[in-house]
Amino acid sequence: MRIGLFVPCYVDAFEPEVGIATLELLERFGLDVDYPFDQTCCGQPMTNTGCHAEAAATEALFVKNFSGFDYVVAPSGSCVHQVREHLTAIPQTDEVKAVRAKTFELVEFLHDILKVEEFPWAEFPHRVGYHGNCNALRGIHHARPSELNKPFFSKPLDLLKKVKGIEIVAPARPDECCGFGGTFSVFEPAVSAKMGYDKVSDHAQAGAEYVVSADSSCMMHQKGCAERIGVPLKFIHIARILNGATA
Amino acid sequence: MSVREDTLARIRRNRPAGAHPLPEVPLFAPLVGDDHVAEFGERLKRMGGRLAEATSGDDLFASVRERLDGATVIASAVPEFAGNRDLAAVARPQDLADVDVAIVRAVFGVAETGSVLFTQAELQVNAVAYLAQHLVVLLDPADILVNIQAAYRRPDFARADYAVLHTGPSATADIEGVLIHGAQGVRSLTVILTPRT
Amino acid sequence: MSASDELRPRDEARRDGVIHPEVLAGNDESERGQDGRRLQHAEGASRPISAKAPREPQPRGAKIRGDRPIDQAEAAERFLAAPMHQKAHDARLWDLRTKRDTAAFGIPEWEELRELASQIKTHTLANLDRYLEQFEAQAKANGVHVHWAADGAEHNRIVHGILKDHGAKSLIKSKSMLTEECGFRHYMAGTGIEVIETDLGERIQQLDNEEPSHVVVPAVHKTRFDVAEVFSRTMGTDPENDDAHYLAESQRMHTRPLILEADAGLTGCNFAIAETGTVVTCTNEGNADLSGNVPKLQIHSIGIEKLIPRIEHLGVFLRLLSRSALGSPITQYTSHFRAPRKGTEMHMVLVDNGRSERLGMEEFWTSLKCIRCGACMNTCPVYRRSGGLSYGATYSGPIGLIIDPTFNKRKYSTLPFSSTMNGSCTNVCPVKINIHEQIFAWRKVLAEEHHIPLLKQGMMKAAGQVLSRPATYRAAIGAADSALKVLPRFAVYNPLNTWGKGREMPEAPRQTFHAWYRQNRMTKAGGKKTEGIK
Repeated sequence: MRIGLFVPCYVDAFEPEVGIATLELLERFGLDVDYPFDQTCCGQPMTNTGCHAEAAATEALFVKNFSGFDYVVAPSGSCVHQVREHLTAIPQTDEVKAVRAKTFELVEFLHDILKVEEFPWAEFPHRVGYHGNCNALRGIHHARPSELNKPFFSKPLDLLKKVKGIEIVAPARPDECCGFGGTFSVFEPAVSAKMGYDKVSDHAQAGAEYVVSADSSCMMHQKGCAERIGVPLKFIHIARILNGATA
Repeated sequence: MSVREDTLARIRRNRPAGAHPLPEVPLFAPLVGDDHVAEFGERLKRMGGRLAEATSGDDLFASVRERLDGATVIASAVPEFAGNRDLAAVARPQDLADVDVAIVRAVFGVAETGSVLFTQAELQVNAVAYLAQHLVVLLDPADILVNIQAAYRRPDFARADYAVLHTGPSATADIEGVLIHGAQGVRSLTVILTPRT
Repeated sequence: MSASDELRPRDEARRDGVIHPEVLAGNDESERGQDGRRLQHAEGASRPISAKAPREPQPRGAKIRGDRPIDQAEAAERFLAAPMHQKAHDARLWDLRTKRDTAAFGIPEWEELRELASQIKTHTLANLDRYLEQFEAQAKANGVHVHWAADGAEHNRIVHGILKDHGAKSLIKSKSMLTEECGFRHYMAGTGIEVIETDLGERIQQLDNEEPSHVVVPAVHKTRFDVAEVFSRTMGTDPENDDAHYLAESQRMHTRPLILEADAGLTGCNFAIAETGTVVTCTNEGNADLSGNVPKLQIHSIGIEKLIPRIEHLGVFLRLLSRSALGSPITQYTSHFRAPRKGTEMHMVLVDNGRSERLGMEEFWTSLKCIRCGACMNTCPVYRRSGGLSYGATYSGPIGLIIDPTFNKRKYSTLPFSSTMNGSCTNVCPVKINIHEQIFAWRKVLAEEHHIPLLKQGMMKAAGQVLSRPATYRAAIGAADSALKVLPRFAVYNPLNTWGKGREMPEAPRQTFHAWYRQNRMTKAGGKKTEGIK
């Protein structure tokens, strides 16, 4: 199985260890992972701002980089949601459609495609609160959102429960948005920051030592908020825990 | 072209694409148990209404006796109680402004919600159900329907000039979420279960 | 929920001395039901806010400057600068959201009901001409005078005309978002006919000369201290007494004579039934029934999208409406006005005001399904932290973001950006409007029609150019160890550095993933290393 690894731009720049963990984790399962060297971004900053025409060239580059793989895997629910649902600024050729359909977020790839039963190398003896990115939660259906009267499921929690020593605590508002919202975070900074303060406070009140997420963007925002108001939380991407990070 | 014609023409021009058939609404299984009287009472109470305790004596109105004895003006629309304000003789709704207690019979009750239905026939003067300070409702236990869906399959709504479901008394929480009864309408609503005479 | 859980908020409040002793009266029928349990119905009782902090002036809404785009972010920032208001607002609306969840989860067929409601609404909208004709014919047969208004101004003129014909001096009305949309109260201010709002929250807003901030709880952004101030100023109540019971009772006593003296009554409409010509209102206070049943003249203002085919369909919508709005199984009053009382006149005004045009907007017409329950506002994390008045529009919160631009694209061009597009609104919507997807679609329309700031569009253009050229991109983000230096522009394309205003910047990693990969996983020739990586 040939996998194209997509490392979102902010992971590339600020959390390279998440990209490394994703790569190593996929290789642990014997997969042939390629990192197309000319990759940049999924186009989300532009489309989220309504600027679809401005996103077209970036989207075309994405498709060019990731054509021909069996699967494209990225450690970000938000970027995968963009590719799968909103990569529409360019003509929808068979090639484009194929890339969009084969792009998976890491958690769902492990859960639904590889159907991983265990992570024997993983041990994380800490109390953690899980943060579901809203696009991961409601866009690509990582879990049952709290609003819907449907049976509970959670792919990320299913995976985390296979990690030795981990204890999961739930915040009072389980899937309240943390306020990152892409460009929202800079165009509406006051509300964005307040949402972040409330989110990290909720996690801290639930007793979390770490906040875990499949999306670095939300955590980058939350970390900045926690540091600003002095909430002693640590943040770690789920890829690193599943790859065996212990702290 | 008149506004009416113009509006309808624009609607026809802008009709959304697609078939959009009207769905069949299935009959859903009731949320409440078989004891409709008990379920009705439970839900009525949760909505701020009161259910008269069963009385051993002859006084059907024992549970609201205190309220009735303290009332100056009682408007009764039921044969079970003779009030001192004749609803049939009321010229204007405003003349009911001084009513302390109104007594009316419900067409039916709804177990799922604790609601009771009135139409203009039961109220005689519609406004009495809102201008009175307190409302006492007679309801035949045999007239309790299982749920809202069943209620809307009854013919009453299409026939009545005015029909209203009351579920407990007037309520508001517009100031800081503090629940208050009697915002504009009645301050209390008490249901007495008694068969129709 | 256990009994002790139910009692906790009030008991804590009592211990902390934050609420007026009168509220805690042990025999208060409003607080506790017949069996002693704390009541949760109607608009619900959440934790009273603390009064220990110095009283805080109420933050006001967005600044309106004609057609210029609303600066929601600016108004929201002022709301956040009033922590007592913001905290109470957030807590109160989240309380409604949780009550909604409890109610929704109590019905096994909840999701099926939402689907049915959505289908009934889309069917009705797709056949709206037919159902309007049916409704009109039925209403006329019932003895009702039916009027058609193309827009808000015409609605106001029609209602004014009816009132003038009857020599009416005063009008009592119940809450109606439609009349807010038409600017009815402002129009009537110049006519010499007094308009009296009779919903408590709406009355508070009228007396304070403010618009409603929420479609269901119009004064939810105000604390009881604000209400005490408004009532003391306008009704002469004791400015020191901020007990909610005292304030509500004062309003009742003050309004009752106005209700009795009114020459006409007006209500809005929750549902208009085509097969019977019935107007249905769903209220908790009984004020719509007073408006419809006390004066000799009654008027019902109806948005044309309120139609549903049959009475039977209320069995679907009524099970959803109040549960979505407040978490109660039904509103205290569900009133069905079909024909005039003997000796009185009944008028119905069917108002278009842009609805028939919206019907033709492929991506946005389903917003006409809205039944105004407010659930999307209650769940919206941005709305809860901004206050409804920050939107500077009749409709605030998520539904407002997708409706308001249909009224004025320029003025409300900023609103679709006041969202994180988290999608919770879509999931709570009882008629399944894809609200967050429509927000996304509006952004595209607004950008294409150049209704977004040049700065923003310019930044996106620059970003698009850089991100589509790998070499330029790598040059732009700099050497491996200096990624942070370009963070603001790179990560968020923002020359203003608003990121650092409320948050700390992320630490700089030693190198980017890209650089790490080149160093560790690539050969000098640029190929992929195939050894020693497992």
